[in-house]
Amino acid sequence: MADTTHEKPSETRSGALLSVRDLGKTYAVGSGEVEAIRSISFDVRAGELVCIVGPSGCGKTTLLKCLSGLLAPTAGSVALDGQTVLAPPKKMAVVFQEYGRSLYPWLSVQDNVGLPLKARGVPRGERDDTVRAALEEVGLGHALTAFPWQLSGGMQQRVAIARAIAYEPEVLVMDEPFAAVDAQTRADLEDLVRRVWQDLGVTVLFVTHDIDESVYLGERVLVLSSSPTVVQEDLSVDLPAERDQISTRALPQFTELRTHVHEQIQRAKRGDRAGLPA
Amino acid sequence: MTSVAAAAAGRRQRVLGVVGILGFLLTWELVALSGTVSRTYLPTASTTLLRLGRELTTPGFWAILADTVITWSAGLAIAVVAAVALGTVVGLVPFLERATHSSVEFLRPIPSVAIIPLAVLVAGLSREAALMVVVYAPFWQVFVQVLHGVADVDPVARDTARSYGLGRLHRLRHLVLPTALPYVITGVRLAASIALVLTITAELVIGNPGLGRQIELYRSAPDAPGLYALVLVTGGLGILVNLAARAAERRLLHWHPSVRREAAL
Ligand SMILES: Nc1ncnc2c1ncn2[C@@H]1O[C@H](COP(=O)(O)OP(=O)(O)O)[C@@H](O)[C@H]1O
Ligand SMILES: [Mg+2]
Repeated sequence: MADTTHEKPSETRSGALLSVRDLGKTYAVGSGEVEAIRSISFDVRAGELVCIVGPSGCGKTTLLKCLSGLLAPTAGSVALDGQTVLAPPKKMAVVFQEYGRSLYPWLSVQDNVGLPLKARGVPRGERDDTVRAALEEVGLGHALTAFPWQLSGGMQQRVAIARAIAYEPEVLVMDEPFAAVDAQTRADLEDLVRRVWQDLGVTVLFVTHDIDESVYLGERVLVLSSSPTVVQEDLSVDLPAERDQISTRALPQFTELRTHVHEQIQRAKRGDRAGLPA
Repeated sequence: MTSVAAAAAGRRQRVLGVVGILGFLLTWELVALSGTVSRTYLPTASTTLLRLGRELTTPGFWAILADTVITWSAGLAIAVVAAVALGTVVGLVPFLERATHSSVEFLRPIPSVAIIPLAVLVAGLSREAALMVVVYAPFWQVFVQVLHGVADVDPVARDTARSYGLGRLHRLRHLVLPTALPYVITGVRLAASIALVLTITAELVIGNPGLGRQIELYRSAPDAPGLYALVLVTGGLGILVNLAARAAERRLLHWHPSVRREAAL
């Protein structure tokens, strides 16, 4: 599974796998309007792990829905592999914040993970193998026949991650996946995301409101301003590739980076906009 | 600890139930014996139970019971299949839902019994006429539940299905119908009891074979113990239908929070 993903060079001429241009989204609410995103532009190269961090309500979920073809932007465009995204792309898997609602309670763990493959017409035997491998990758090889509601929150989110892995995407998009789990579980899941990224060579877009999490996980951090939203800063994270919850977080660079991101978010709140076009 | 307490509570409830039934039979017996009501209209409980025992040993009784059960189950099956099929289509197409809304609101409250003359006009004094009556109210009962169920699909669950490339049929099979299932089952449980009432009513009024017609025959005989015995049978049938529906509900909805809680007790 990992090899095929590695061998696929999906760069376009510009070198970007995912390209977001002047993306804007204004919701029509009754007779009025809510401007959730003003204008966002960025590129993601194949194989990157990018964290998108911003305060609650700044439009992170809206941005992800536009990226993943679930919501049509009101301005600008998203392109994946040079193709404009108009509907959910086959190469993209999404892990939602609300795992309890994203997993189907009437399906067992293995049926939840296998459903997208079934819909794609993958034959039974091959499907079972892929599902088992994906669940073993997230440490749930023993829970195939359990139902999601019999598992803890952290385990449910692992199932959702396994479902994304089994889908064999080129881009893995995650919307605050660990906002609702306890601190210890959260640390384990963060390390799981880095391992999946390294093992499978997928491109990961990880959205969070947690500054420490964004710096710990990301190779690159996009800081969003508060609403109406723009990219406040595009920051490269020069931490070692092998990260450790204790030693990495104790590094001076880690502290510097998180302080920097923190200041950017504070500046954004004061309306001091870096990325705003004149 | 709690399961022991629950078991004890269950036992106590069963004992209370039996005591209640015995009390009812005893009161009936005493009232009938006191002679305040003529024996022609009110036989004693013991006479009725003896008569019931005798009915249960005659093949004729079982044939009559089978007639009722067949009319009931056929009517219920037609109502449920039609309601799920039409309800799903109407519920998923906003245009159809708006177009049919006022007709549904008008047709639904018409009592099934008011359909009887119409059914007889169309199909004569036949089992088909009885079926039309039996299908009518249960159909609307389930249809409206299907509409609610189909509309209740969780937005996150729907986004999940879309982003993982589930096509229309897979969404219907694995998302929409399972979401609607609890609604449908509640509808079917209520519809099953309504269909039984309507089956007996149709047999009484239209005269197609079954318990209802036999009750009417015993009335005109007159054969009060026979009549009372069959009324008890219809009551028992109602209880069985309800128990079966509850059991089916627990099996099919083992994943649903309402059943999960019950199982956790
Ligand atoms: N469906 C919607 N209709 C109207 N407004 C919405 C809708 N979804 C989100 N919003 C508004 O858009 C803004 C951004 O929301 P969201 O993308 O959920 O932010 P985040 O995920 O960063 O917390 C908020 O002000 C929110 O109220
Ligand atoms: Mg959000």
